[in-house]
Amino acid sequence: MLFSIAWKNVWRNKLRSLIVILSISLGLLGGLFYLAFANGMVQHQIDATIKTQISNIQLHNPKYMLDNEVKYTISSPDSIINKIEEIKGVRGVTSRIKSTAMVSSAITGAGITIIGINPVKEKNVTNLYKKIIEGTYLIPGKKYQIFIGQKLADKLKVKVRSKIVIAALDMSGNIIYGAFRIVGIFKTESTNFDLSNVFVLKNDLRKLIGFPAKQTTEIAVLLNDNNQTNYVANKIKKIFSKAISEKKYEVETWVEIQPALKLINEMFIQYSMIFLIIILVALSFGIVNTMLMAIMERVRELGMLMAIGMSKMKIFLMIMLETIFLSITGGAAGLFISWIAITITHKTGIDLSVVSEGLNALGYSSFVHPMLGLTYYILIGSLVIVTAITSSVLPARKALKLNPAEAVRQNV
Amino acid sequence: MSIITTKNLEKIYNESIVPVHAINNISLSFEKGEFTAIVGPSGCGKTTLLNLLGGLDKPTSGEVFIDGINLTEFSSNKIINFRLRNIGFVFQAYNLIPVLTAKENVEFIMELQGIPKQKREERVVHLLEQVGLKERMNNRPGELSGGQQQRVAVARALASKPKFVLADEPTANLDSTSTGNLLDIMLKLNEMENTTFIFATHDSRVMKRARRIITLDDGKVVQDENIKQNMKKQVNPADEN
Repeated sequence: MLFSIAWKNVWRNKLRSLIVILSISLGLLGGLFYLAFANGMVQHQIDATIKTQISNIQLHNPKYMLDNEVKYTISSPDSIINKIEEIKGVRGVTSRIKSTAMVSSAITGAGITIIGINPVKEKNVTNLYKKIIEGTYLIPGKKYQIFIGQKLADKLKVKVRSKIVIAALDMSGNIIYGAFRIVGIFKTESTNFDLSNVFVLKNDLRKLIGFPAKQTTEIAVLLNDNNQTNYVANKIKKIFSKAISEKKYEVETWVEIQPALKLINEMFIQYSMIFLIIILVALSFGIVNTMLMAIMERVRELGMLMAIGMSKMKIFLMIMLETIFLSITGGAAGLFISWIAITITHKTGIDLSVVSEGLNALGYSSFVHPMLGLTYYILIGSLVIVTAITSSVLPARKALKLNPAEAVRQNV
Repeated sequence: MSIITTKNLEKIYNESIVPVHAINNISLSFEKGEFTAIVGPSGCGKTTLLNLLGGLDKPTSGEVFIDGINLTEFSSNKIINFRLRNIGFVFQAYNLIPVLTAKENVEFIMELQGIPKQKREERVVHLLEQVGLKERMNNRPGELSGGQQQRVAVARALASKPKFVLADEPTANLDSTSTGNLLDIMLKLNEMENTTFIFATHDSRVMKRARRIITLDDGKVVQDENIKQNMKKQVNPADEN
C-alpha cells in the first residue's frame, strides 16, 4: 500500500507534478541531445578518418614509424595482404607507398605527403573516390595522374587538368622531380587532410623515386566493424608474430596511429557528462523544493499518520518513494523524448553548413548525425535514479522532524 | 478496572523562557467503557491532556499508565507502535488521506498492523456499515460531506481494535445534524462494543450525552462529574448467570 499511496500522492497536485516532470524531461532532453550531438560529431570524425584516411589497422616498418622515411619498407606485401584478407571481419586490404614531398604550381608550393596507391584496391579501403568534387578518381594504367584535395588546389591555384610538379627524395636520398596532371579534386571533412595529401598511381611513384618492387611502406586494413579493431589487430599480430618479433613490421590500430582522435572523443563525452550532471544537480534542487512544498502542505496529514501509528521508517520511505516516483517519471519521459529526438535527427541529420569552414578546419563534418548508444541511456537512467534517491532524503528527513501533536492541529 | 491512569501529570511549555503550565498536577483514571468529555475554556489544556494520554506528547513530569504500562518510559519509536495497537484517534479536521477511498482509509491502519487482507476486508465492511457508510466506501474524502468524513475517521479509529479512542473536538466542524448522527454512532459503539471514548470538547451537544465530564481550567481539574442517570450499567457476567 505504501507504493500505492506514494504513487497517488505524486498525482495529488497534478499541475505541480507535471511541471516538475516536464522540467526533468526537458533538462534531460537538453543534456542528452548535447551528448548525442557531441558523440555524433566525434563518431563521424572517427568514422570519416578511418574510412577516408587511416583505416582501422596499419602495418609499417617500425623505423618508418619513427621518421617516415620511404626507405623503411615492408617486404612481400602481397603475401601479407592475402593472409590478412582471410581474417573474418576484414573488408579490404591495400598497400601504399608514402613519401614526404613538395608540390609546386606556377604560383606557389606546399609540403605534402605523396601516396602511391592501387586505385582498385584502395576503393575497398578508403572512400576517397566518393569525395570527388571535380574530375575523376585515378584511372588504372593512365600515367602520371594526380588526385589532390580542394584546399591544396585552392592554395596552388590549380584545377583539373592543371600540371603540378612533385619534388621528392628518391631511395638514395637525392631530390627528383616529376610532373603530374590533376585528374580529380576531392574534398573530405578535414581541410588539413585535403591540404597535405596527394594521391598518385603506385607504379608512377615507384618509378619516380626508384622504390623497389615487392616492397611497400604501408599496408592498410579496413574492417566491417570498428569494434573489432583490437580483435583483428591481435589476430594479425598472432599470424605475423615471428616477423613482428624480428621487427620487420609493426601492427597499429587507428587509436595508436592517431591517439588524439580517441582522446578528443573521450574528452567530448566527459564534458557532455559533466554538463549532464550539472543539469541533474540543478534539477535535484527543483525536486527537493517541490517535495518540501508538498510536505509543508501535508503537515496535518503526516502528523495524523504518525499519531495513528505509522512508523517513522514507513513515513520516511513513503516520502522517498514519492520523490523517486516523481523523478523517475520525469526521467523516463526525458529519456523517451530524447530517444525520439535523437533517432529522428540521426536519420535526418543536422546541417551546420553555415559554419562548415570552421568545423572542417577542425576535421569535423558540417552535417551532424546525433547518436547515443544504449549504454548511455542506461547510465543516464541510473544517474536519474541516484539523483532521485539523493533528492528524496532531505524532504523525507523534514517529514520525520514533525511533532505529531502539533502537526495534527496545524491550521485547525 | 482502570485502563488509563495519570499520576501527577504536568506539562510546561517554554520552560526556560516564560513557563506556561498547560497541565498542572493532574491525576485521573478512566475505566473501560467510559464515554467521557473533557471540557473547559479555550487554552485550559484539553488537547494537551488528550495528547499526553495518547502518547503524542511527553509530560514534563508525572506518568501515564495504559493497562498498567507506563507510557512515559517509552522511546518515540516504541510509542508509535504502542499507539498503532492500543489507541484510536479522531481529529477535529478529520485528517483522512485524501488520495485513498473511505474503505482504504479504514483499511490502512490495519495494514500497518499487518492484518491479512481477507480479515481487513471483513472488518472494513463491518465498520463502515456500523457508521452507515457502506454504500460510500469507494468514495474519496473529497466526495464525502464533513459529517461523513468524520464517521470514516471514527471507523478508522476503531479499525485497529484500540483499548480506547481519543477524540479531539470531533464535532467542531460539523452541523447539528451531523453532530447528532456522529454522537449516535459513537454511543452505539460504546454501548454495543464497550468501546471507551474520551473527548476533548467545548460542544454542549457532546457534553449533554457524555456520561462523565471532566472540567479543566488553567491546566487543573476543577470538576470531575459522573452523570449517574446516564451511566452505562456495568454488566457482571456472574449476575447474568
